[in-house]
Formats: sequence, structure tokens, C-alpha cells
Amino acid sequence: MKQKGFQLQYHMMLIPGICFLIVFSILPMFGIVIAFQKFIPARGIAGSPWVGLDNFIYMFQIPDSRQIFLNTIVIAVSKIAMNLVVPLLFALLLNEVRLKWFKRTIQTMVYLPHFLSWVILASMFKVNIFSLEGVINRGLEWIGVEPILFMASNFWFRPIIVATDVWKEFGFGTIVYLAAITSVSPVLYESAVIDGATRVQRIRYITLPGIAATIVLLGTLSLGNVLNANFDQIFNMYNSLVLETGDIIDTYVYRSGLMAAKYGLATAVGLMKSVVSFILIVMSYSLAAKFANYRIF
Amino acid sequence: MVISRKLSDRMADAAILLILALAALVCILPILNTLAVSLSDKAKAEAGLVLFWPIDVTFASYEKLLSDQLFFNSFWISVKRVVVGGTLNMLLCIVMAYPLSKERKAFRARNLYMWFILFTMLFSGGLIPWYILITRLGLIDSFWALILPGAVSVFNVILLMNFFRGVPKELEEAALMDGAGPWYTLWKVYVPVSLPAIATITLFTAVGHWNSFFDGMILMNKPQNYPLQTYIQQLIVNTNLQNISDPELLRKLQEISSRTFNAAKIFVSMIPILMVYPYLQRFFITGIRLGAVKE
Repeated sequence: MKQKGFQLQYHMMLIPGICFLIVFSILPMFGIVIAFQKFIPARGIAGSPWVGLDNFIYMFQIPDSRQIFLNTIVIAVSKIAMNLVVPLLFALLLNEVRLKWFKRTIQTMVYLPHFLSWVILASMFKVNIFSLEGVINRGLEWIGVEPILFMASNFWFRPIIVATDVWKEFGFGTIVYLAAITSVSPVLYESAVIDGATRVQRIRYITLPGIAATIVLLGTLSLGNVLNANFDQIFNMYNSLVLETGDIIDTYVYRSGLMAAKYGLATAVGLMKSVVSFILIVMSYSLAAKFANYRIF
Repeated sequence: MVISRKLSDRMADAAILLILALAALVCILPILNTLAVSLSDKAKAEAGLVLFWPIDVTFASYEKLLSDQLFFNSFWISVKRVVVGGTLNMLLCIVMAYPLSKERKAFRARNLYMWFILFTMLFSGGLIPWYILITRLGLIDSFWALILPGAVSVFNVILLMNFFRGVPKELEEAALMDGAGPWYTLWKVYVPVSLPAIATITLFTAVGHWNSFFDGMILMNKPQNYPLQTYIQQLIVNTNLQNISDPELLRKLQEISSRTFNAAKIFVSMIPILMVYPYLQRFFITGIRLGAVKE
């Protein structure tokens, strides 16, 4: 057929975008060699001396790196767990509401934080919510508890990070669950009601099994985020007093690489993260394809 | 469903409504608090007396903000990046999604391209090589540094590609019968029937551009080149708290910056999002279903 000539036009459509990807995604990958060099900016990648695995050996020797990997995983895994469970509970509750306008108003309110940036939210939280004069300490004062310097406390930092992340995302997370709940056959609920099933029994024996596949799929796909503790959030909320519990891989790479000019070390740490994340994502996709028949394309 | 409702059932209903209402309230209280602080008397706000209702209402912060040139300069840069960046993103997204939505029979190199873009999405060289590249390209302190590096969002391409695949084949066949080529088919058949999906992705792209601060922070050295989020980040969040090791000092520094003025800035920077939010909400539910949980 004349479709032969189309091939060329298809290529033409892809080429501009592919060029952007080659320049801004592929070229930096060659920069990975910096991880094996003592990089000197003035001499460039070609002229900097090679040091083999020194940067990696150094990375495993300094106590910081153990701490940042631990912090990253603890924060990321807590977020993954909470962001699976809280939206599920919220969607189940929301599904019980029969008043259309009420449901819609609630949805409008809980989806909103997802669209606000962490810069803005961190400013709000740090200055007006968790500060000494903030809303939370006002509340504590009211019930007679001593004020707490939340943002400088290694005890409170991680819970605050996880809680504010859940606060931002749980509403948006309910969308997927609500979509899954609507696809459960109404006939099942009707016959359950006739059989005298209680509300809790309906949720336990119809809704949950009906959306189990979705829950498993979301859980599997979030495996790729085990090393993603969210730079934007933590960078805007942490300070030097909470590095012990709050410093993550991405913030460490930023500080050591762009602030302290330890290019080799920062690239090595970043490379570790890229490689492990890549493996995790490929694993999660193939698990999802195998057990949930999920295809991204 | 007609069911006789017992008292215990109605109590449970009331409890559910209460829990949901409280949760929803918690979602918007920090925003209300910011608005209340921005409208309050300075001294009252500094003392932390303002909760969710302004005390001694005054527009002083907003008046002061009107004469803050750097703020509006940054605001304008953000508007520009949303318009220019958003347009470029969408054009590239549409022209890439179309050929990739073809079967391998119709476009032989399709899978090769697919694996390539997927690889660029899943693996990255990391921050440092990326930063060095942008420096070498001479993009530091250039507006284009905020636009070009993120011009292709592979995630959005895949989203739109999946949507294009759901477009009935008959539409394309009819266009082909009439002698239309790929470009014509894309603009006259695929784009018009995919407008809801394109609108969704456009809005998300625009919000993404509006909200990003990191590229502005590391790629712009001069404050007059900062986009709005970077400006706010440098001003409020990053008051050099990184280098402080004394809790008392930290507390004092937090107090120096004027609460009411900062709150006004935060609130004004939220206004564009709040304005597009009703439209966003109408579209994004379809958008989410496009990408997530299919089949």
C-alpha cells in the first residue's frame, strides 16, 4: 500500500523529541564516568584523573552514607505504606456517602493539596503550623502541654514528613480506589443486602475482594519508589538540626555535589541510587505484568 | 436500593460524614491559616494569635507586595515558563504519541523508539552530570534552561499514546481513504477526538511548570532570573537554616522574616492554581483513568 511513504513521516514526527532526549537524558549518562574520577571542572571529563573505585570505597567508609540510605528507605517505605492504606480507608468511607453534593464538596477539598508545590506547603508548615507560635503549639498550649520545637527535633522530623506527605496526597490517591470501587457489580451489594449483610460485612466480603487487584497493583508499582523519599519536600522542610533523621540520598547528593563540590562522590552516590531504582522499577513492572496483567504500553 | 434504616445505621452514617468533613477541613485549614495571617495585623500575627480568622483585618501586606518588583518579576517569569514550556511540551508530546500509537505493522521502528524513550524515563545519569551538561551548554541564567531540559515528558507521551490507541480505527481508515497523510490525520482526526485527554495533560504540565523550583534554584544565579517558586523558596524556606546548629538561633531566625508579608506572597503565588483548579478537577479524573489501572 501507499503506507510505505508514511514510515518516513512517522520518523520525522519522532525526531525532534528524540533529539531532546538524547541531549538532556542520554548525554548526562556519559557523565557517569565522573563517579570514577577525581573530577576537576576546569580540566573537564576528558582531562580529570581516574581514581577507579575510590569514590565508591569512600562512600562505604563514611558513616553518613549508611545513615542517608537508612533515612531514605525508612521515610520512603513509611510513605508508601501510608499512601496505600489511608486513601483506601478514605475511599471506603466516601463510598458510603449517598449525598451527592456532600461527596463532591469533600472531594474538591481533599484533592486540592496535591496541586500545591512543596515550596509553598513547606513555608506554611514551617512558619505557621509547626513553629513555636504555630497552630499545633497553640493547640498544645490550650490543653496545657509545653510547646515543642517540632522542626528541630529528630524525634518528630520523620513523622512530620510522612504525615504532611499523606496530608498532601491521600485525597488524590482515593481517585484510583473510587474508580475501582465503581467497577464492582452493584448486583453483589443488592443480593448481600437481601441476605442481611451488615455494612462492615459488605465492605469486608464484597468491596475489598472486588478491588484487591487494584490494591496489589498499586503496591507493586510503588516498589520503584523505595529510594524516592521526595527531594522537594525534604529539601524544603529540613535543616541542619535534623540531618541525622532527615538527610536523604537526594539531599546529600545536592549538598555534597553542588554545595561542597565533591563531584566524584556525589555522582557515585547518585549512580548507586539510579542503578538500584532502575532494577526496582523493572522488577515492579515485570511483577505487575505477570500477576496483574498490567502493561504500560 | 430501598432498605429500612436502623438507628445504629444512621448513627454510623453520621459518624462517617463527620470523619470525612473533618479530614476535608484539615486539608484546607493550612491554606485558610495562610490567608488569615496575610490579612492580619502584623504584631498579632507575629505573636501567633491568628488561627483561621484574620485579627484586625488589614491589606497592608498586599499593598507592600504591590511595590515588590522582584516578586512580580518572578511571577512574570513563571507565567512565561508555563506558556512557552507548556506549549513546547504539548507539541512534542502530541507528535511523539501519534507514531508510537501505531501497531508495529504500520510503523516498523515503533518498538525500538518505545524502548529508547522508556529507558530515558527509567534511568538517569543523576544530578551532577546533568548539571555539568547544562553548564557546558551555556544555559546557566538563561530562560531556556527552565524550558528545554524538560521539554519531553516521556510519562505524558505514554499517557497520550495509550489514549490515541483507544481511538476507533475506522476514523483513521476513513481519513486514509480520502488520501490524508499522517500529519493531516493527526491534526484533523486524532487531536480533535482526544481533546479531553490533551486538556488534562496540558493542565498537569502547566501546574508542573508553575510549581517547580529546583531548576530555577540551581540553574539561575541572579535573583532577577528566578521563577516564582524559587523566589519564595530562597526567601522563606531557605533563610540559611541549613547552617545553624543552635535551636535558639533557629527559632529567632524564623521570627525575623515578617509572617504577614510572607503569607501574602505565598497566597498570591497560589492564586493561579486556585483559579485553574475547578477546570483541573473536571478533567483530571478522566486523566487518571487514562494512565492508571487499565484493562
